[in-house]
Amino acid sequence: MKGSQPLREMRLAGRAIGAKGRSMTMRAKRAMGSVGFPYRAPEVPAGVTVPEVPSKLEANYDTAWAREAPARAVRRIMQAGPLRLFVKVVADPEIDGLDRLADYRPGKDEDPPSLIFTPNHHSHLDTGLCLMAIPEPWRSKIVVGAAADYFFTTRFSAAASALMLNAIPIDRETVSRKSSDFAKQLVDEGWSLLLFPEGGRSPDGWGQPFKGGAAYLSARTGAPIVPVYIDGAGAIFGKGMKRLKPGRTRVVFGHPILPVDGENTRRFNERIEQSVTELGDEALSDWWGARQRAAERKNPALTGPEYRGWRRQWALSEHRKLGKAGQRTRQKRTWPKFD
Amino acid sequence: MPRPGFVLEVDRSTPPTLFWRGENFSLEKLPAGRSRVIYAPEPLPAIKDVDAAIRHALANPIDSDPLKALMFPGMKLTIAFDDISLPLPKMRRPDIRQRVIEAVLDTAAEVGVDDVHIIAALALHRRMTEDELRHALGDRVYDAFAPRGQLYQHDAEDPNGMTSLGQTPHGEDVEINKRAAESDLLVYVNINLVAMDGGWKSTATGLSSYRSLRHHHNVNTMRQSRSFMDQHRSELHHSNWRMGKVLKESGPRIFQIETTINTDTFPAPFEFLSKREWEWGAKERATYLATTKALNRTPVKLARKIFHSIEAPHQMTSIQCGEVEAVHKVTTENVWKQQLVEVKGQTDILTMGIPFISPYNVHSIMNPILVACMGLGYYFNMYKGKPLVREGGVVIMTHPTYPDFHPVHHPSYIDFFEQVLADTTDPAIIEAKYEKQFAEDEWYKHLYRTGYAYHGVHPFYMWYWASHAMAHLGRTIVVGGDPRAVRRLGFTPASTMNDALEIASDVVGRSPTITHLHAPPLMVADVS
Repeated sequence: MKGSQPLREMRLAGRAIGAKGRSMTMRAKRAMGSVGFPYRAPEVPAGVTVPEVPSKLEANYDTAWAREAPARAVRRIMQAGPLRLFVKVVADPEIDGLDRLADYRPGKDEDPPSLIFTPNHHSHLDTGLCLMAIPEPWRSKIVVGAAADYFFTTRFSAAASALMLNAIPIDRETVSRKSSDFAKQLVDEGWSLLLFPEGGRSPDGWGQPFKGGAAYLSARTGAPIVPVYIDGAGAIFGKGMKRLKPGRTRVVFGHPILPVDGENTRRFNERIEQSVTELGDEALSDWWGARQRAAERKNPALTGPEYRGWRRQWALSEHRKLGKAGQRTRQKRTWPKFD
Repeated sequence: MPRPGFVLEVDRSTPPTLFWRGENFSLEKLPAGRSRVIYAPEPLPAIKDVDAAIRHALANPIDSDPLKALMFPGMKLTIAFDDISLPLPKMRRPDIRQRVIEAVLDTAAEVGVDDVHIIAALALHRRMTEDELRHALGDRVYDAFAPRGQLYQHDAEDPNGMTSLGQTPHGEDVEINKRAAESDLLVYVNINLVAMDGGWKSTATGLSSYRSLRHHHNVNTMRQSRSFMDQHRSELHHSNWRMGKVLKESGPRIFQIETTINTDTFPAPFEFLSKREWEWGAKERATYLATTKALNRTPVKLARKIFHSIEAPHQMTSIQCGEVEAVHKVTTENVWKQQLVEVKGQTDILTMGIPFISPYNVHSIMNPILVACMGLGYYFNMYKGKPLVREGGVVIMTHPTYPDFHPVHHPSYIDFFEQVLADTTDPAIIEAKYEKQFAEDEWYKHLYRTGYAYHGVHPFYMWYWASHAMAHLGRTIVVGGDPRAVRRLGFTPASTMNDALEIASDVVGRSPTITHLHAPPLMVADVS
């Protein structure tokens, strides 16, 4: 079979410039440089505006295929197998507070009510931890809100996120009409949501103020918010860490909450943040102590101390000592050998 | 709408009836034309928002100020709760006790109460294991209070842990847990499975000692209680109420929280056990066959493990709190609403299938003494008005009655069976001759206080529970029971139901009327 036209052109061009002894790469580059349209993209004539083709990535990525039966079957296998094993080995989560969801468990032949799970966010592991910790029947019918500008920037990462995690692109800065309509449609179809109200992973190990998206969606859809606190994930693979440091984690679920009459989104969002804060206190101390401090509004804030600089980092290490990340497994006792 | 209880007249078309046989069951054909079967009412609908109902009850108590108003910073608060003997089988998590106690603690946290103790009111029952406490109270409460020593179990033999509050006009000693007695407020969290539970029995029995209990846990009181479920005709109830009066006058302020549950007793795949046999579909019939065939080939130890792992889907039907007597009145009405079945007339023979569980063998072995107590103490007494079986009638139970005992939970039962019952089965003689010796035995006390053993006197109480039935009945027959163990109990063994009916004919004639108590689920027969 004869070579293709561009290759023949390249060879001819190489001979013409006497490229003897030069590297193939250089020769190819030069050859391409001499190849024009239609082998290269056309240049835009001066004064002409080419209409922008809307991107099919980021917030526009269509994830409908990932909620179809084949993708769900693949995801179920991946989540029950490799993902679960990975999370178990790397993060070894202890899961508490599932009894608080008891009243929402569906009866026989009933569909589970949609819930919006709102954990704090310190690590990419948080999604895997939640998908392992959230009980059935919600686990198999949950979509994960993922940052459109991070997980959906390339076709591969977008498809992988949609398939593995059932992720949907969420604009983390604003709740657009389109994304809120889409979330409402999902809730109406019986899907539960996993949203990280902090909008992104913690940059310094402490929490960030909650954005109002989850509160707004709950108020709009009527789906209760389930506050969730994840302890220890930041120490395993926090933002900026290049390598995993396997350790232990704890996932605590709170009582589902709904906006009360007359409560606006801002106030409801504050209540969600307060609930996660109380769960954080409960996870690091005990339930009774956390309830006593909650009554006095003295639970340690998720966002950490007010001060900046090294003292803030210093306080973080003390804070982590209280949690799962600070717990060390007991050293195995070695008995002396007498033989 | 759940259907009420039902009495079925057995005819030729009636399918065979389900009988429990410990960790198994069988279908028995009852004689047509003179037999009837009593079925429990279907489960009442559960409260939808349980947490909201609890909060509402605490804020709107009966004949009492709201719980929050009874609390103040710096006070001593004690929360006592019913032990592992309730409910049966254990309920799915979260247990009602956990939900109620969390709500009480939330209120205490809001008020700023620091000094809180939580006590398992187990009287002379065995101590609960950590797993059992976690199941009843939840991990959150356990993890917060147990490590600090603020969650513990009542010890009726602690010489420094009991306080005497005086005597009733009848000379009954009233002694309760010292911490509870010295508290500014005692909150009692109860689960009312049957009408006998709750009221003053919660505190006057659950937190008391042998010195106090012996006044109503004796043969005379039990024989005068007709039945335990009928408060107005129960001497046990009257004695507890007399003690309650002393508690009210000399004891701590008590805030009683009582809850009732529905009769949703068995989860999938055992739902067919609660269904009426003629309503069994192909699935239920297949499940029954598969289960019984499998259980016939299953070692008893494994079968016990399987059955004791059952978690009932019980759901709360009511919660009321406040002043003890006023609360208990409402609770009893709610229990009757769920459990009462109208039955016309007594019967010559009462049949009953004894299940794998009684209040005293949770995660344990149903030993022969507990079989006797379950049949003649509990099921026989599931009546209001008149006993289901006529005086001089016969009770036929079905149970394998293995002479097996749990050596950790029931050490004194072994000696009771081998030593006491070998001598006599007469409750009055047993009481006079042996009770004191077992009750004051130092080794049994040690096992009760430090291990997981029922108190040394406990098997006596089990025997006394049956004393009313023993005096009332002409004969007790156990179908399928170990003959040696059954005879040791003073009962008659029989291989089949037909044999048992044949044996019974010596006492009640050739054509006796027969009534079968189709329990569990539990019900109380209102016999007219």
